[in-house]
Amino acid sequence: MTTQPARLAPQRDAFPFAAIVGQDEMKQALLIAATDPSIGGVLVFGDRGTGKSTAVRALAALLPPMQAVQGCRYNCDPARPTAWCDDCAARPDHAAHTMPVPVVDLPLGATEDRVVGALDLERALTRGEKAFEPGLLARANRGFLYIDEVNLLEDHLVDLLIDVAASGENVVEREGLSVRHPARFVLVGSGNPEEGELRPQLLDRFGLSVEVRTPEDVPSRIAIVRRRDSYDRDRPAFQQEWSAADAEVRARITAARALLPGVEVDDAVLEQATRLCMALGTDGLRAELTLLRAARALAALDGATAVETSHLTRVAPSALRHRLRRDPLDEAGSTTRVTRAMAEQFGP
Amino acid sequence: MSTRLLPLPPGEGRGEGAFATPPSPARTEAPTPLQTPPNPNPPLPQDAPPTPWADAVQAAALLAVDPIGTSGASLRAGHGPVRTRWLALLRALLPDGTPWRKVPLNIPDARLLGGLDLAATLAAGRPVAERGLLAEAASGVLLLPMAERAPAGLAARLATALDAGTLSLLVLDEGAADDEQAPSALMDRLAFHVKLSDVGAREPEGDLPAADDIAAARLRLPAVQATDATLQSLCAVAVALGIASVRAPLLALRAACAAAALAGHSEVSTEDATLACRLVLAPRATRLPVQDAAPDEDEPQPDPAPPEPQPDPDPGQGADPPPAPDTGEAPAPGALEDILLQASLAAMPQGMLALLQARALRQPAPASGTSGAPQPGRRGRPAGTRAGDPRGAERLNLIETLRAAAPWQRIRGATGGRLQIRRTDFRVTRHIQRAETTTIFVVDASGSSALNRLAEAKGAVELLLAECYVRRDQVAVLAFRGTGAQVLLPPTRSLVRAKRSLSALPGGGGTPLATGLDAGLLLADSVRRRGGTPTLVLLTDGRSNVARDGRGGRARAEADALQAARAIRVAGIGTLLVDTSPRPAAAAQRLAETLAARYLPLPYANPATLSLAAGRIGR
Repeated sequence: MTTQPARLAPQRDAFPFAAIVGQDEMKQALLIAATDPSIGGVLVFGDRGTGKSTAVRALAALLPPMQAVQGCRYNCDPARPTAWCDDCAARPDHAAHTMPVPVVDLPLGATEDRVVGALDLERALTRGEKAFEPGLLARANRGFLYIDEVNLLEDHLVDLLIDVAASGENVVEREGLSVRHPARFVLVGSGNPEEGELRPQLLDRFGLSVEVRTPEDVPSRIAIVRRRDSYDRDRPAFQQEWSAADAEVRARITAARALLPGVEVDDAVLEQATRLCMALGTDGLRAELTLLRAARALAALDGATAVETSHLTRVAPSALRHRLRRDPLDEAGSTTRVTRAMAEQFGP
Repeated sequence: MSTRLLPLPPGEGRGEGAFATPPSPARTEAPTPLQTPPNPNPPLPQDAPPTPWADAVQAAALLAVDPIGTSGASLRAGHGPVRTRWLALLRALLPDGTPWRKVPLNIPDARLLGGLDLAATLAAGRPVAERGLLAEAASGVLLLPMAERAPAGLAARLATALDAGTLSLLVLDEGAADDEQAPSALMDRLAFHVKLSDVGAREPEGDLPAADDIAAARLRLPAVQATDATLQSLCAVAVALGIASVRAPLLALRAACAAAALAGHSEVSTEDATLACRLVLAPRATRLPVQDAAPDEDEPQPDPAPPEPQPDPDPGQGADPPPAPDTGEAPAPGALEDILLQASLAAMPQGMLALLQARALRQPAPASGTSGAPQPGRRGRPAGTRAGDPRGAERLNLIETLRAAAPWQRIRGATGGRLQIRRTDFRVTRHIQRAETTTIFVVDASGSSALNRLAEAKGAVELLLAECYVRRDQVAVLAFRGTGAQVLLPPTRSLVRAKRSLSALPGGGGTPLATGLDAGLLLADSVRRRGGTPTLVLLTDGRSNVARDGRGGRARAEADALQAARAIRVAGIGTLLVDTSPRPAAAAQRLAETLAARYLPLPYANPATLSLAAGRIGR
């Protein structure tokens, strides 16, 4: 059945990103993913009510708008013909329009039809046409796909996402349809580890993983409650108050994106990254790649033109903690292991 | 922070009795001054703390003042006159014409969010849109009955709606056992957790707030301010009670503002904040505040009420909450925090500790399937089609429907290229979903070998868990010793939880094998009712010396154990018996035969073999 998709962006009255108290690692990870979408997504694990969804929704409202081909259902980029969908390839005219970066919510219990897309029942029944009705994956192309409680997601959807996230393409072969379309998105998942583990294959798809905790100190909690309260009382005024700070973050992302291709990584830093990954025994090369990419994005966000050790150490916990080989009998958390290895490699 | 318990007023029988007693008819008829909410002022905790019903009435009033801001309430009560009365009260307090809609648990997305009305579309030959229930309930109230069985997907959609701030949700939680709870994604977002299960149907209604007062309060609400001291105290109390979610103090603030508006204050007063703490924060507490020397003061109090030492009380009764303080004088900022904390403590029911423990152990979210066999529907992979009405949770398979309709076109007199499709042609896609396996470890924690065995079981559980996500399995651990059995780890897939729950395993005492088997069967049964497949792994030497009734005696105990084993066999639950005695024992073999279990003598079981063996049964 065709249902209205749950869509976060454009959310006019989202909570301002800059007004989020604390949670620096999460904000850093989201900014890195916004700067370099090829990082491969962010996983946010933590307790309830720690502002996970608020941050993602806030980022959606913050991102600079993008150009897309007019009338394209997959938000194709007019400037990149190689990534066009079949429709756009056949289209003679690629007039562009400005649209907000899509941030699509994949709710728990979403059906396969809604995620991958399905036969458009409305058109089939009323006009007798065989048409494809794009699903959430199509809408998320070039944007963000947000899955709250990703650890509770059903298996068959997880399988689907793993494949699409890896190939950047959604292939639909069902109900007499045969459709393929680009689906490149930044996967943002959140969840509470107490309610279930994440499947290792999906875990590996996330570039960065962040652990969030409720601030235990009373002043930060007061700040959170106060800001949230004034936001709820008068949203426009609150947004007005924070619009300058938000604009600053937006400018930082825009500048970082421009700077990113020119950020250098010298051999010494590369070696440090490799040594760190070897010391932690991470599987495969994905860890090193993500670590370096994240460090580059962070350097770009800082306005630096070369990656330094400090960038590496700042992103290493996010980039590596979910890639450690699981040792159920080791009581130490993965964050501790990464920190320990970093201390050994880089000195205290 | 310093939390000092105020001294008990002398002469008042305040041990076990006066506080939060489940109301009995005798009590309500007694001349005791029953706490009733003076209106419009919120009740100050006076001699007796307010009854649960009085608190529930207050919650309804505050909810009615600010339905959207407080997000709603959860109502833990069975279906009955008390709940009906509360709902009627709330409805009367809301403005006329406020939407009031009920969500059935099996609601399809199209109905909840809006979509295409298939039958109408077919009949009309043009798209007929269906308005979603969420849209219908906008700026009104949505009721979710049987919330303890709500699937995670529905909870996620409702949580999104709550985040958008468009409606107020009433979660009707009919759970009976402690581990049956409404989805925590929803509970966290609702200001009030009202518990009506202890309220008797014959309890007098007391003073009910008037709808006019509520309407006036609603107008005053936007102007109500809260001082920094109030905000600070609310946050501090939340921290002291171990409430991790930042939503809780925020919701408490909303409730406090609503209370202030109701009382006609322009600024949140101590009483307003006290009320908010009692209604919003107290039910969420996960721990009692750390009290320096306070419990010591509490114990030797010359309390006339219950001098007799209770033999085996519920662990919560030791921490008898103090009376609510007198809030007469204007408090200093630091004192406010203490007052609020005391009020929250006073609002906690007896046996709070036991409740907190149960909550720590509880199943995080109900499995998405409701009771019985795996639910057919839209979940899982598609597997063929069948005839059926697609208006439920299923999707019309158009191709198959057309194929079914095709042979009848001439008979039905189809003309002009238009197909004639009848309801009987409808075909829907079938889906299959693999049932989860839950491996339940039943561990003999008695006697001398206990520590050893438990450590092995723990290792096996963790190894199983480490790989279980791949197989999508769950693990539970149950230990029996002394005179009872205890669920150490409810079915879970979370390694984090397992590690925490298993870190402190008690051991020693007699061997109540029958009780352990019974508990295993009970847990297996509940797994089965959630749609999973249970398997039991029994770690014991098969010897038993405590009978079901808790008395010693080897013969009785073993007869009971064999009887319990037969029940498991009849239930048809796959079982593995791991004989942990140094040499394979006849008792264990006999037990395995009775259970129709696989028998695995494993005197020096190591976690790896154990987890391998456990992984093989039931598949």
